[in-house]
Amino acid sequence: MTKAWGVELRARASTSWLGLVLALLLPVASFAGVLGDDRADALYHRYEGGGVTIHGPSVLVRKKFAEKYALSANYYQDMVTSASIDVEVSGASEYKEERTQYSVGAEYLRGKTTYNLNYTNSKENDYQAETSTFGISQDLFGDLTTITMGFSRGKDVVRRRDTTTDQIDPTFKEPIDRWSYRVGVSQILTKSLITSFQLEVITDEGFLNNPYRSYRFVNPSDDRLFALASEVYPRTRTSNAVAVNGRYYLPYRAAIHGGYRFFTDTWGIDANTFELGYTHPMGPWTFEVGYRYYSQGNADFYSDLFERPNQQNFLARDKELSTFTSQALSVGATYDFLPNGWRFIKKGTLNIFYDRIEFDYEDFRDARFSLLPASDPNFHPAGTEPLYAFGANVIQAFVSVWF
Amino acid sequence: MKAVGCRLWAVAGATLLLTGCGNIEPWVKPYERQALADPIMSFDANPVSTAYLDHVFDAREGARGANGSSGGGCGCN
Repeated sequence: MTKAWGVELRARASTSWLGLVLALLLPVASFAGVLGDDRADALYHRYEGGGVTIHGPSVLVRKKFAEKYALSANYYQDMVTSASIDVEVSGASEYKEERTQYSVGAEYLRGKTTYNLNYTNSKENDYQAETSTFGISQDLFGDLTTITMGFSRGKDVVRRRDTTTDQIDPTFKEPIDRWSYRVGVSQILTKSLITSFQLEVITDEGFLNNPYRSYRFVNPSDDRLFALASEVYPRTRTSNAVAVNGRYYLPYRAAIHGGYRFFTDTWGIDANTFELGYTHPMGPWTFEVGYRYYSQGNADFYSDLFERPNQQNFLARDKELSTFTSQALSVGATYDFLPNGWRFIKKGTLNIFYDRIEFDYEDFRDARFSLLPASDPNFHPAGTEPLYAFGANVIQAFVSVWF
Repeated sequence: MKAVGCRLWAVAGATLLLTGCGNIEPWVKPYERQALADPIMSFDANPVSTAYLDHVFDAREGARGANGSSGGGCGCN
């Protein structure tokens, strides 16, 4: 290509692209959208299962100004006490830690377009994460369709505690870079049915291991026993997830909803999630029940028991990377305690939600059975232990006010 | 060369036509959206609760994304 031809091509192309961009922006100012309600939520959460208890508060406040701008802030805390199977098998004792997370967000509405920015910071004594998000949403076709797009950039720092002295290892500090791209469409199909479609691509690069987890291999001196070594993960991971959801208003005042998500990643994990739920208002009360089914296949480099140390380039025994299913049953009740408002408060609700989750692993064995003395009647040689399973109880209690 | 320019203008024209659909007659009229506006039809009626539950599952399952939430940290050892 000659230089002059190239310049001309670029000039014509830029004029054309200007036309395209103008064409895209023209309808933006033709109608007006709406921002969400002013609202404050204070939640207490508690998770208990598999030897782990995590509880704490979460407070979310959202306020709009001049019907064009909105600000939001969230404070979240996890207080963790853990004696999980991973902690037990590694020989460490129960530990406690805290994670605090805050987020701030801003929204700007212009015509039918909403722009949003969000910043999240999460801190544990051995892990820090910062995430910045930009998003845009556009109402189209007489508000029957909403298109959303988003991009997030995250930077994490992984540290390691000495499990006996509980001190941070000053020689260990590893970064993770994260990128996330999202697009979504929500579509009103009939006067009783709304659907949504979402696609998200996430790429991570850095130290993706959990620094406390080990893989196990057959003990060379006694093949009934196992030995442990530090896991080795790939330093990159890219995942794709697509989800479709629908919500239908029944002939009487109640709603059913359903959803499906397919997930696949470069580590070889494929997963399917199905959800179904029913919402039924009754006077000042609203009751909800739901069921969620999740199943995944294991990562390519996962094994419950390797034959020897360094058997392959990457080695993992994280149960999150194994083949398993989880099933969750949820029930919830919401009570509208201020249907007519009070002073500056327009409405207030009290909410309680309970989820029971059952995790059933298909290639992750309960290694505690091969740690028993060989004389113990419950002793099982390594690789023949019963498969691991556990149940968890999740409680959320929160109050919400609209003002 | 000319073809490239024409193609881009064609795309711009097509986009104008498409976005012109912003003014098409919506097949669900605004006055027919009473049921859709009911809070029980909201995809995310309680954002504080949705974000928490997404985190509960994200920390314990291999899959992630396309659930409308984003955030960092783990708290899952």
